[in-house]
Amino acid sequence: MSPQRFYNIWPPGVDPSKLTGALIVIEGPDSSGRSTHIGLLTQWLEEQGYAVAQVGLKRSNLVAAELEKAKQGNILSPRTLSLFYATDFYDQLENQIIPALRAGFVVLADRYIYTLMARDIVRGAEPAWVESVYAMAPVPDAVFYLMVSSKTLVDRTFQAHAELDYWESGMDCGLSRDWFQSFLRYQRKIRQEFVRMQSKYGFEVVNANRSIPALDADLKGRIQQVLARTEKT
Amino acid sequence: MTAGQEHLPGKLIAVEGLDGSGKSTQIHLVHQWLKSKGYRVFFTEWNSSSLVKEATRKGKKRQLLTPTTFSLIHATDFADRYERQMLPLLRAGYIVLCDRYMFTSFARDGVRGCDPGWLRRMYGFARVPDITFFFRLPLEMALGRILEGRPQLKYFEAGMDLGLSADIAESFRIFQGRVLDQYLAMVQEYGFTVMDATLAVHTQQKLVRRVIQDRIDLALYHKRVFP
Repeated sequence: MSPQRFYNIWPPGVDPSKLTGALIVIEGPDSSGRSTHIGLLTQWLEEQGYAVAQVGLKRSNLVAAELEKAKQGNILSPRTLSLFYATDFYDQLENQIIPALRAGFVVLADRYIYTLMARDIVRGAEPAWVESVYAMAPVPDAVFYLMVSSKTLVDRTFQAHAELDYWESGMDCGLSRDWFQSFLRYQRKIRQEFVRMQSKYGFEVVNANRSIPALDADLKGRIQQVLARTEKT
Repeated sequence: MTAGQEHLPGKLIAVEGLDGSGKSTQIHLVHQWLKSKGYRVFFTEWNSSSLVKEATRKGKKRQLLTPTTFSLIHATDFADRYERQMLPLLRAGYIVLCDRYMFTSFARDGVRGCDPGWLRRMYGFARVPDITFFFRLPLEMALGRILEGRPQLKYFEAGMDLGLSADIAESFRIFQGRVLDQYLAMVQEYGFTVMDATLAVHTQQKLVRRVIQDRIDLALYHKRVFP
């Protein structure tokens, strides 16, 4: 498969030429269907004989518990939270993503550095600083951004949870005292940030307002092409 | 680096040096001196914020850390203290004393193979101190003080994660030697005030206080004066 590139530099001890797997990232807000589609894709890829590794944010055993505690208390400054998430990300990068890529797996990432960067930038972090922190992340072979309209997002969120998540509503950002308004404004800001990043990082924006089977077929078609492309070279 | 370099009414003084160089003793004495004179002063140590401490301890104990996450976890801790305490105090016109600062990360994590540019950009939010004292001690003397006084070396402190030697004392020697080289390369880059750490403690302290008096108009920081 393709030799992996990094955005700027790579972590100590990593030889990029040894990373033979493929890294496919699914980005999108909560309730956009990321985990459903990752489940379907995993099954499909394994049927075709690809070994699959799933990774996501906030799953490392190094700091996940502390991160959860910090979010509950909401006592960390935005930059501390950024760096906490970055620690968590690199822990998974070095302990899961890179070993899996080295072993030739298809790595399906349930969100990646772009979500982390968008959240920080929306909260006022300098984009150049945020990008420099994540400069050691491998460049994915493909990034699919599941774009969902606010209306669909609200419908799906209420169907699933009957309430809005504090962080996904950006309640820490002071956008509105009204939870629903804050959710809409925050999600719009995140979407705008993704659109800004899209041109820089080359995402494929996928319409995720569609039914599960329609989106599934679309994603599979795109991933088929990615795998064909990476296997030839 | 721009974010860290805006004008602030407070002053930042940091001490750096190898383990055993006596820097903590010196900054402690500076703290006592400034407090007793009635100046607005605050003291902070590397790796001390409570929330992050837990993760660091866990990571260190289980040896889960790579050079990158080791560095990031310390940067997280530093950012927590910087934004919660140091920066507000600097804005309020305090003298902030730091036992170790970002240069500790540049030196140690640099030895561990982290990219120097990546480290410096990550700490780009932090202000370069008004005075950075570097307590310079020949390697053998620093090693002697530590290896005599505290034979129980810790895994990461000794750089055991680098696989330099199976013998922890030998690993510590090699690691400290490399850390010293990194510090010396930063003397010019960041304009360290180099102190001769072989001198008597009291002699060093007199010199340190003189440097501070020469470089900072202490009268502005008296509790009676409002910034």
